[in-house]
Amino acid sequence: MGLIDAPTPTVVSVDPVNSEGWITTRLDFLVNWGRANSLWPMPFGTACCAIEFMATAASKFDLARFGMERMGYSPRQADVLICAGRVPFKLAPVLRRIWQQMPQPKWAISMGACASTGGMFDNYAVVQGIDTIIPIDVYVPGCPPRPEALIHAIMMLQKKVMKDRMSDSAARVEMDPDPASQLYIPPSRIDQLSEQFGNSIPQMRSGQ
Amino acid sequence: MSGFTVIQSGTAPGLPTPASPKNVPHRGGAANPSAEALKAQFGDAIRRVEVVWGETNVTIDLARALDIVRWLHDDPSQHYEYLSDVTAVEFRDRGMPIEVIWHLRSIKYRRFLRLKAPLAKGQPLKVSSVWSVYKGADWLERECYDMFGIVFEGHPDLRRILLWEQYAEGFPLRKDFPLRGRFSRAEQLRQALSANPEARYSMEELSIADAFQELPLDMRARIRGGESTGE
Repeated sequence: MGLIDAPTPTVVSVDPVNSEGWITTRLDFLVNWGRANSLWPMPFGTACCAIEFMATAASKFDLARFGMERMGYSPRQADVLICAGRVPFKLAPVLRRIWQQMPQPKWAISMGACASTGGMFDNYAVVQGIDTIIPIDVYVPGCPPRPEALIHAIMMLQKKVMKDRMSDSAARVEMDPDPASQLYIPPSRIDQLSEQFGNSIPQMRSGQ
Repeated sequence: MSGFTVIQSGTAPGLPTPASPKNVPHRGGAANPSAEALKAQFGDAIRRVEVVWGETNVTIDLARALDIVRWLHDDPSQHYEYLSDVTAVEFRDRGMPIEVIWHLRSIKYRRFLRLKAPLAKGQPLKVSSVWSVYKGADWLERECYDMFGIVFEGHPDLRRILLWEQYAEGFPLRKDFPLRGRFSRAEQLRQALSANPEARYSMEELSIADAFQELPLDMRARIRGGESTGE
């Protein structure tokens, strides 16, 4: 799962003189190379991070260099969910539904402070961290992150895709939430993750 | 409704050339002429008139709110044809009542008027809906109900608009509402995720009555069968 460096596999061997038209490689490598360089993002823009995402996709930063020129506005034809912006509780079941509609293999990028942690919106309406709703592969810090930061995250994700092994199916198992509570992680852990910090403590004017 | 009359801004006779106001004092200054007209028309129901930053605030009696708004809308000398906001204020001083506020604008006479009606302490938060005068009040009053819990009597469809309808934690803009909500984060998330995102649209809402015949056969059959959750 992680981004630790594995020994570089013997990538491709070509002998154009003696065996024309033949390339030998590992199937894992070939499949991953194809996947990593043609990730189709599903943009889920809810706030100002989406503006930076648009800048990333536009000509100056040009996401197409990474094989991502095709935005999948249907979750059924997308590989990467990029959640750009804060996620209100009202949107949580929608985001969950979109994630479940995406076919395996799929990855998710949480873009910006609000999506990753709730950010400055430590209030009644905003989910304190998107990873309480869907599993996330790469978190992008920033408020909002610059396009370079998102591109860095995408390159990290490409590295992760390259590390995938067909023998290891664990990475492609669909995580099913607990049917009773619809949560992935235990409630106590969610409460612990979303404890107050920083500026949100003195904001409790009502004294409760 | 019998046709529309085109109203151009400031076309009423005798109006000066519009100009940006300059050196507007914080308090005082010329009040909106509608305030005097209101006093003449409604007498004691007009409790106070004050001018703040050049805008006129008229504090009115809660019980007469609908009459006053209707008169301001209907009377040809007032002609407030645009309701720009319905909202409320609760003050940090708990001794002060919650105020319901209407922002009215007359495009014809270039006037802006703010009406305030304090809700009596210890009484249910109820006020007459102005939906019968301005259809645009529909969503404004729903938002005000959603955030403050003020019931607008006579509103055709008073339910939550920003928060989901099963929201059980209370009314977020009230001062006794804790910023992070009343439930734990896990409970909030559980309640949010257990909601069906499609359930808030009824099949009737999804099928426009006029377009019923153009719907696919299976959808027509489902609506006829009384199914209430859309896809």
